Amino acid sequence: MFACIFVPNFPVAAVFRVEPELRARAVAIFEGKPPLEKVFAVNESAGRVGIAPGMTKAQAELCSELTLRPRSLLQESAAHAALLDCAQSFSPCVEDAAADTAILDLTGMESLFGALPEIACDIFRRAADLGLDVNVAVASYPDAAALAAHGISGVTVIPPGEEGESLGSLPVEVLFTGTSEDNDEQKESARLLATLERWGIRNLRALAALPEVALSERLGQEGLRLQQLARGAASRTLVPVEAPAVFEEAVELEYPIVLLEPLAFLLNRLLEQICARLASRALNTQELRLTLELESFSSFNQQSAINDQQSRPKRFHRTLRLPIPMLDAKLFLKLLQLDLNAHPPGAPILKIHLAAEPARPRSAQGGLFQPPSPEPEKLELTLARIAGLVGEARVGSLELLDTHRVEAFRMRRFMPEADSKVNRQKSSGEEQSVTALRMFRPPLRVTVTLENGELARVVCTKKKEVQGSVLWKAGPWRSSGDWWEREAWARDEWDIALQNADSVALYRLVHNLLGGGWYVEGSYD
Amino acid sequence: MSSAVVSTSAAQGRPFAFDEDVAEGRPPQRVVPAISTGVFIPGTFKDARLAGVTPASRLAVRPAPEMVSSGIAEMDALTGGLPRGCLTEICGPASSGRTTLLLAALAAATRRGECCVVVDASDTLDPQSATAAGVELERLLWVRCGESSPQKCLEQLLRAADLLLESGGFGLIALDLGDLPPQTARHIPLTMWFRFRRAVEHTPTVLLAIERQSIAGSCSSLLIKLGPQGKWIKESTNSQFPAPPTHAQLLTEMEITAELVRSRLERKPVRSAEKTRFQSFNVSRFQS
Repeated sequence: MFACIFVPNFPVAAVFRVEPELRARAVAIFEGKPPLEKVFAVNESAGRVGIAPGMTKAQAELCSELTLRPRSLLQESAAHAALLDCAQSFSPCVEDAAADTAILDLTGMESLFGALPEIACDIFRRAADLGLDVNVAVASYPDAAALAAHGISGVTVIPPGEEGESLGSLPVEVLFTGTSEDNDEQKESARLLATLERWGIRNLRALAALPEVALSERLGQEGLRLQQLARGAASRTLVPVEAPAVFEEAVELEYPIVLLEPLAFLLNRLLEQICARLASRALNTQELRLTLELESFSSFNQQSAINDQQSRPKRFHRTLRLPIPMLDAKLFLKLLQLDLNAHPPGAPILKIHLAAEPARPRSAQGGLFQPPSPEPEKLELTLARIAGLVGEARVGSLELLDTHRVEAFRMRRFMPEADSKVNRQKSSGEEQSVTALRMFRPPLRVTVTLENGELARVVCTKKKEVQGSVLWKAGPWRSSGDWWEREAWARDEWDIALQNADSVALYRLVHNLLGGGWYVEGSYD
Repeated sequence: MSSAVVSTSAAQGRPFAFDEDVAEGRPPQRVVPAISTGVFIPGTFKDARLAGVTPASRLAVRPAPEMVSSGIAEMDALTGGLPRGCLTEICGPASSGRTTLLLAALAAATRRGECCVVVDASDTLDPQSATAAGVELERLLWVRCGESSPQKCLEQLLRAADLLLESGGFGLIALDLGDLPPQTARHIPLTMWFRFRRAVEHTPTVLLAIERQSIAGSCSSLLIKLGPQGKWIKESTNSQFPAPPTHAQLLTEMEITAELVRSRLERKPVRSAEKTRFQSFNVSRFQS
């Protein structure tokens, strides 16, 4: 058994998929270079108000109720990819018959997904989840399923042996839909259709009833092929394709967006579509790439628009890398919002393009006796929010650098789960506590008074409590390094106890031997 | 029908809302007093005004919080450890051992495999000290506030702490206010501490606040005051010289006094803020 998924009025459906609120309105899709733009496709509502393909854009614009959208090949390719994703979620053997048609082999799928009518309904529902209104037909032969999908709207299941009866009422034009854009083929199809019309053949039942020999004498092998199709008995082998794992969605805007809030609405739609496609292929994503096409400065200034280089739209790229594969449109939206808040595009947005890098879902099993750890999705969002508060470089985990230089560390992304495999061979018992140092960042510049060459008094103007007479001292300890580089350092270091007004505190005092100056680097606490 | 929600509204004569009603969006219904039906249910009040109020004898006893090691044996002996799901305040002046205790607690928590956070109001954490104390840096999230004014830092700290508590899953969350002036730290409203206390309740997280003076009031379950004691600096010197040069000396130990000022963990009347117990612990200088 075979199923065919057909998307009627594909260019309009591709637009509806990105802008679902247009479904209730009259919509026309135009293409071509200005000022020679022509209407390419219309929906049913637009047809009722007199808009037809072939009209010029200027003519169509006279209708006030009409919404015009440019044809977007990227949206159509995304809709086609979504169609293939939908088909592949039910069968590994899928034929990419046309941009709007996919045929899949359902042999043996009953044991997985239930009876054939159930499968057909599931395909219909999944396509709707992906934003596509489709016709689904199931038949014994692929071409019979394709004809039924093209001719009968909704879900159709043709029992074996009843193909001829089920397809009989369809008009003969259905045999010629989906022909290639080759001019010769189109002319040949038009000639055959005109011949059949002259003979009074209006539907497939009439064509199927014609005598084979007489038909072959008049129309040749093509006539016989059409008759086999009309009887629903044409059998062939499917040409399966493997759908590329490319998950991209785009939307071109009628007017440029300036604020981030309306951008979030559009991003939400794109993310939901991408997540639905990924879910249908049982995949997650670990990287999201957002590309915004921005209005260039020259487009504000008509005079400078002459310069082609300057008038080219600017692109703004942001990449969101996730620590683990995830699939949550709301989470992605929040992360993108936070990222765009921290890094605004800086110009009105004309086009949004979003791509997801697919990854296999994370396979992890929690244990009853494992210590508590934050949920990765929640943690990612929390870290993004905190990064928005304190800055991206000021939140994360620490990594020490292999040098004796002070403050030799760098911040890196906090990924506790990835580090869970760290070999922990340290002793489980209590370790002896060590004196901790609290750093002053930046170090406090102080004035040091020496008596008989010994440290006697420290005064800090910036921090009043870091001053007083030196009660006790130990040092100096001299250290230097990186002398072969520009960032050479050399210093003398003391541990000192300062008598304040009411207490005594321990500090680390440093004398910079290269740049001069005395600093209090931190306090022992 | 589930039991009624016991609240202070009982005393004000407002109708009680039942859990199921609230969940299903129905308006709250007035409870029919048990006395009016002529049936007395054992374990309930005879007074109709108190119908629905759970008697004290039937109230569930809140389980004692789980205590975890602070990483310093003497401190554990004093306090019994650090309580999960509670706010613990550690206060003291500069050089009183607050950071040492914090790093010891972090080391103990990361050794247990827990993820920990330090929300650092003044950006004072020293990675070398943390490593020397045994903290596993891969499990430590460091939020560095402190690039702007103290008020701004405080705001960042509170918002970050709120987000982290909401996120959950951390074994220890430390709020380091140790270098903020007390007058700035006192700007934190008590409602915020109450909010933190409620957020951390019934979670396995230890919420630790490092500060100069106690500022959380009754919201903290444990208040430990640290300070130096007597001749608290211990140094190693070469005894061959009567007056050794300063470069021959080395800071080896600091003797710190810990005072348990308040503990709400033991089931007894709250003790006064006078000194209750003393304990000392030594810290040795690490070689950087």
